[in-house]
Formats: sequence, C-alpha cells, structure tokens
Amino acid sequence: MVGIVIVSHSNKISEGVVDMCREMAGKEQKIISAGGLDDYSLGTDAVKIANAIENADSGDGVLVFADLGSAILSTEMAIDILKDSSKDIRVEIADAPIVEGAIAGSIEAYIGGNLESCLTKAEEVKIFSKLNK
Amino acid sequence: MEKTVYSYIKAMRDIIVENKDFLTQLDAEIGDADHGTNMARGFNAVVEKLSEEDLDLKNVLKKAGMGLISSVGGASGPLYGTMFLKAANVAVDNTMDPNVLCQMFKAALDGVKERGKATKGEKTIIDAMEPAYEAFVEVIDSGGSVQQALEKALEAAKEGVEYTKTIIATKGRASYLGERSIGHQDPGATSFTLLLESILKNYMK
Repeated sequence: MVGIVIVSHSNKISEGVVDMCREMAGKEQKIISAGGLDDYSLGTDAVKIANAIENADSGDGVLVFADLGSAILSTEMAIDILKDSSKDIRVEIADAPIVEGAIAGSIEAYIGGNLESCLTKAEEVKIFSKLNK
Repeated sequence: MEKTVYSYIKAMRDIIVENKDFLTQLDAEIGDADHGTNMARGFNAVVEKLSEEDLDLKNVLKKAGMGLISSVGGASGPLYGTMFLKAANVAVDNTMDPNVLCQMFKAALDGVKERGKATKGEKTIIDAMEPAYEAFVEVIDSGGSVQQALEKALEAAKEGVEYTKTIIATKGRASYLGERSIGHQDPGATSFTLLLESILKNYMK
C-alpha cells in the first residue's frame, strides 16, 4: 500500500492531519507525521522527514504532503538524503492542499491505488469546490 | 591556511550567535521572524557535534552540513546544509589549494541554486553568494592571494546585500509581501555575508 507522510512546520498540524486521515483509512495503513522540530518548536527537519518516508514505505512508494516554503525544501532534501544512502524508495510530493489532499490521497491508497493514482487524486483536490459553487 | 576547519566552523557559529537578534529582526520585517534563532540553533548544534580533534576537512564539512539540515528548522537548513555538503564533495583531503577552494565555492553555489531553484535578482542568499563567488574566482585567477580573494568576495557580498533592498522578493515567505518587500535587506543574503566575514577574520587571525 502507498505510504503517506505529512510534513508541516507545526507538529500539531501534521499530527492533526494524520488523525483526520486515519478516520477513513485502514488500520495497517502507514500515515506518518513529520512535523515541527524535536523540541516541538515550529520548523521542518529533513532528517526526520527522511526517516518518516522510510518508515512509511512498504514497497509501493510514498506520497508526501507538505505545507509551505521550507516544508517543500526539507522534503526535497529528505529525498536526496535517501537517494544518497542508496535507499530505493519511490517518493512523490503532492502539489495539493495539505488537509484535503492528504485525505483524498490516503483514501485512494486505502482502496488500493498506486502512487500515480494517489498523486492524481490528491492534486485533483486543488479544483474541488467545498462550497459547491 | 594552518587553522583547522573546526576553528572556521566555530568562528561562523560565533558571528551568527552575535547577530542572532539582528537576523531575526530582518526576518521579522519580511518573513517569519526566525532566521537568527534558526541559524544560531543550527550552528550551535554543529559545534556541539564537532571537536577540536576533528581535522579532516571533508568529514567536518559533511558533519556540519548534516547538522544544519537536521537542526536549523527553516529553509536555511536545507540551503546551508546543501552548501556545506556540496563543498565537502569536492574538498580534497586537507589541501587548501586556492583552485580547490574555487571549486568548493562553485559546488556550494550551484548546490544552493539548485536546492532553492533560485537565480540572482530574487532577493535571496544567491544575491550575495554569486557575486562573492565571482569576485573570489577573479582574484585567484589573476594570481591574487586567498586573503585578497576573501576580501573582494566579502565586499561583493555586502554590495549584494545592499542590492537586495532594491528588489521584490519572489521566493520564500517574503514573496507574499510583493512590493512591500522593497526597502528591506534579505536575511539569508545577510547571514551568508556574516559567515564570509567570519571566515576572513579567522583567516587573518
């Protein structure tokens, strides 16, 4: 199953997004939070993200949702760290809103979607109208 | 250059800690007010991980890079981390051959540009780093000393910082401010210039 990693500057946000995804996800599904710094201050940590990606992978790849700015940079850095240590994990960063995207992506993973379809479902959320306008 | 690479890293830490509030203030004006705190946390963590017995240039630069990546917390973590890691890749044992220094500087610059997908004129660290690199290489290529090259590089970096006051930010948090970012100097370009200053001072010690 495709693994999901949530990256936010805020540990509360990433933990909260994981909780929301879990409501609809399977028990064994790997949805991992990699938010904030170790001392719970705001920030992102590429090493922490790299570890989360490694733990989230079960062979089908990992889809990462990140909030903004350094969350993206740190995730890209994490992917390079994994590559440099010869860890062969397929990773995609979703260009999607972190909450809605992560929920759409984790549901697609739950129903057996592959990394590409999870990415597509997550990114479709960008044009989804929540007010049905 | 008889001084250890450790002494340079320590000098960098000291100048960042001295200017912590200044850097955070600059970042408060156009960003998320954490640049000084983040950089100080990062360099303190790096110095803690190293010791005076760490003499291998490549190894120290690698440790510093990984330390910054895992402890800075903001965009400067991956950016400065990449800078050190890329320089480490091309460092040759403990040779401080001026041409090797040029190659390390180049690798570091290219690494930061690639990581941040940034070019000159976007109100980032590149606005100080690229002119500094060009000035450094120009002096070395024309037979100047490392000290002269560092002096020219620092001058160019300072001009780069001044230049960032005149342009609109298109990268990072400051880009949300659009035209309101004009008049403020870029915190990242400033911290890079401080690091360069600490290198020159330590070199001349």
